[in-house]
Amino acid sequence: MMSDSIVPVKEIEERMETDKMWLTMGPQHPFSHGLWTLRVQVDGEIVTDAEPIVGYLHRGWEKETENRTYPKIIPMADRLCYAASMTYTHLYCMTVEKALGIDIPEKAKWIRIVADEVCRIQSHLMWLAAVGTDLGSYTVFLWSMREREFFLDLNVKLCGARMTTNYPRIGGVRNDTTELFDRDILRTVERFEKALWDIVALVDDSSIFVSRMKGISYLTREQVANMGLTGPAMRGCGVDFDIRRDDPYDNYDLVDFEVPVLKEGDSYARYMIRIEEMFQSCEIIKQAVKKVQALGKNAPYRVKTPSRVPAGTTFARLEDPRGESLMYLVSDGTDKPYRLKVRSPIFVNVSGAKAMSVGTRVADVPAVLAQIDMCLGETDR
Amino acid sequence: MGHILDWIVYKDTMANVYTPFESYNLPYDIGCKLWEIIGGTLAWLIDLIFPGNVVSEWLVSDAVTTLLGLIVFMLLIFIVAFVSTLIVLWEERKVLGRMMDRRGTMVGMKGFLQCVADGLKTFQKENTIPAKVDKMTYMWTVTLVIGVSVLVLCMVPLSSRWYVVDYDTGLLIIMAFFALAPFFILVSGWAQNNKYSMIGGMRAAELMISYEAPMLILITTSALLAGSFNINDIVYAQMDSVWYIIPQVIGAITFFTCAVAEAERVPFDIAEAEAELVEGWQTEYAGMKWGLVMLADYMRGSVSCSMFVILFLGGWTLPFIGDGPIPEIVFLLKAYIVFFFMSYARAALARVRTDQILNLGWKVFLPLSIFNLAVVILLKVGGVF
Amino acid sequence: MDADAVYQTPTVEEIASLLPEKFPCVEVVKTEVRRVHAKVPREHIFKVCSYIHDNLTFEHCSTVIGVDYVDHLATVYHLTNYYNGVMIELSVDIPADDLHVDSVTPIWEGANWHERETWELFGIVFDNHPKLERLLTPKTYEFFPFRKSYKLRGTE
Repeated sequence: MMSDSIVPVKEIEERMETDKMWLTMGPQHPFSHGLWTLRVQVDGEIVTDAEPIVGYLHRGWEKETENRTYPKIIPMADRLCYAASMTYTHLYCMTVEKALGIDIPEKAKWIRIVADEVCRIQSHLMWLAAVGTDLGSYTVFLWSMREREFFLDLNVKLCGARMTTNYPRIGGVRNDTTELFDRDILRTVERFEKALWDIVALVDDSSIFVSRMKGISYLTREQVANMGLTGPAMRGCGVDFDIRRDDPYDNYDLVDFEVPVLKEGDSYARYMIRIEEMFQSCEIIKQAVKKVQALGKNAPYRVKTPSRVPAGTTFARLEDPRGESLMYLVSDGTDKPYRLKVRSPIFVNVSGAKAMSVGTRVADVPAVLAQIDMCLGETDR
Repeated sequence: MGHILDWIVYKDTMANVYTPFESYNLPYDIGCKLWEIIGGTLAWLIDLIFPGNVVSEWLVSDAVTTLLGLIVFMLLIFIVAFVSTLIVLWEERKVLGRMMDRRGTMVGMKGFLQCVADGLKTFQKENTIPAKVDKMTYMWTVTLVIGVSVLVLCMVPLSSRWYVVDYDTGLLIIMAFFALAPFFILVSGWAQNNKYSMIGGMRAAELMISYEAPMLILITTSALLAGSFNINDIVYAQMDSVWYIIPQVIGAITFFTCAVAEAERVPFDIAEAEAELVEGWQTEYAGMKWGLVMLADYMRGSVSCSMFVILFLGGWTLPFIGDGPIPEIVFLLKAYIVFFFMSYARAALARVRTDQILNLGWKVFLPLSIFNLAVVILLKVGGVF
Repeated sequence: MDADAVYQTPTVEEIASLLPEKFPCVEVVKTEVRRVHAKVPREHIFKVCSYIHDNLTFEHCSTVIGVDYVDHLATVYHLTNYYNGVMIELSVDIPADDLHVDSVTPIWEGANWHERETWELFGIVFDNHPKLERLLTPKTYEFFPFRKSYKLRGTE
């Protein structure tokens, strides 16, 4: 039809040169949840190129650990990510335990699973809140934050701190579950399973929310695998892999849960995966709490460990709320690590920002990158 | 020598030859009466000291009374409009608070004084102007955006006796001024030398183009039903028949959505989408400039609601009662109820993307408004109205 | 076993026998449950990685890690198979006087930022890397802060 028209629209369009503009989003920008910058090149409203810039928060975490004894790194591991402090401390303790070659008590394993899943739920709620603001709905933000508060209260109940918990220890956990913790956590989870449906209804029943997420920023399975994205971003694109199930650590092989996987590969799929993961976490918590109860009050929860780690290299990995995190430890027989490397999931996920955002519109950039679930502490380390 | 009541006689304003209004105007009347009390007392005092002087006569003359009456009239109109906007602001904060499971504003008078506190706070902020903006354009565009919003807010009549102008084309004039602001937003976006502002300004223009058309068609439809563009006529035509929301349900819903878009509120606030554009076209405005811009936003929201009330909800009249003793309050209450739904939409919905907005505007609302027009023409030809 | 066939879910034993069969220079150090640790000479890292990616279906590169052993440096690669959760750890020794190793970014895009980071913190140059620039540290840095020669101030 175009060629029939008297005005050669297509040719004019081809000859017309439009100016492309570089927009710098961040580090002080409402969309960047933390200190990072995304430079996007836009042609009108359409994103043609993107370049993430990180490193504002680089503290030399890995180098700092070389100067500290092993137990003193635990509080530092908390500070890697304030939303996933429990999983990082867990990972660190797991790595050192593996290097020491010790096995921790059953009860500690189950308590760690409970703590991890609480951490996963509150981290996902934080993400949901961020998605809410990035899509322009403050209600979703406040409702998610309200729900998150109940899980932070559980953290308080368990170890006395809300976010930087400092709870797992090398050889177990710091303290046994407190009195009535099991009752409280079951009540919270039951309540949460109903409350989450409220938020899901608010988002999923609104065609605006769905149309903002559905059908944008497609990633294929090959792309995702090649870029090394992990976590919900990967599972939303059809990669059926979850470290908890396929490479189990602690007692995850004894827990019965499902790993949600979707083949759509768009922004909405990533959203759905995270919502479903929250429900699955509730299931895991219920099972794990029963196991903790069954072990009784006097079961050991911590073993003594030597302060010196034998020379060698070890690594351990676990499923962080945001993806695969891995720690690689080189020990030289002293009480300080020779080298400790953290593989943070977001560090890799954010490098895929270009693939995720090219072809979308400027308005979609926050909505798409909210699905990364940015956390700068662990990205820059 | 004379008694004070010789000077204060509460003259009929309509008998005053200088009165610029063709029908009874309450704020102007209040102004004239107020001047008669003040001016009359002054005149009586002067007359006590210098009996038979000219000044006393001049102070209570028709011309001076009209002049001072008009000044008070302007102040009254503005203050009432301003306070009703603050109430709208307070209402939204409270409604949003309840919807989001928090308390909303809490400072004094159920949180109403928070608006005043915010105003004072923004007023004390430093008046920064970025170095690289085009200062002239930067300042006059924001002035015009605020000015036009205030103007259009003041021009909305609250009743048949509380109005500024009573033209036969009053509705069109209000809509024309209402549609002016996006032009200044566009220019302001260019003037700020900021990419976010520029995109925001472009989006405002985009929004205006796609929503002005269905909105004007809908206004014409209501005018067609009433047979006049005069606001009074439209309101009283609804009192005589039914509220126009009943024959044009589709039109009312479409108009409401367009009004939300016109006022640039969620879900159509793409011009100041804070997630991607920081504050859109307002990014570079700081301190009281930003405070006024935000107030202007609410003024436009308030005007949108008022237009909805005039066109579809029978204005200041109530069914079976008619004008009632205080029609102004009835009108404002109706506008607040409409605004409640706007706040409700804001709490429940997310922001729409630009291309989706254009699709909605051209592919959904324009056909709907034309369909509504067709229905109304059928009704009119069928002799129902 | 056929070294050139494509294995979607290679077991640990299969990997431990396939790798030395295909590349005699590769030395499998130890195997654990779902873990294979191997040592690769640095000239062959790209070929070995291509083989692992194409024939053993290790689609995911978890990390590229640099370690400074003072007398030599090392890079460590962690590779994951999505189908059975098996991981291969490849370590490559690099002499301190010639810090060059082939980049694996052409195979796994995910190794991109890890290699950049390793370069800026240890000074290990990854040949054929598409964009070897500083990522975390400021562009003005002229030293490599994670090397052992860079002393931390104080003890704690």
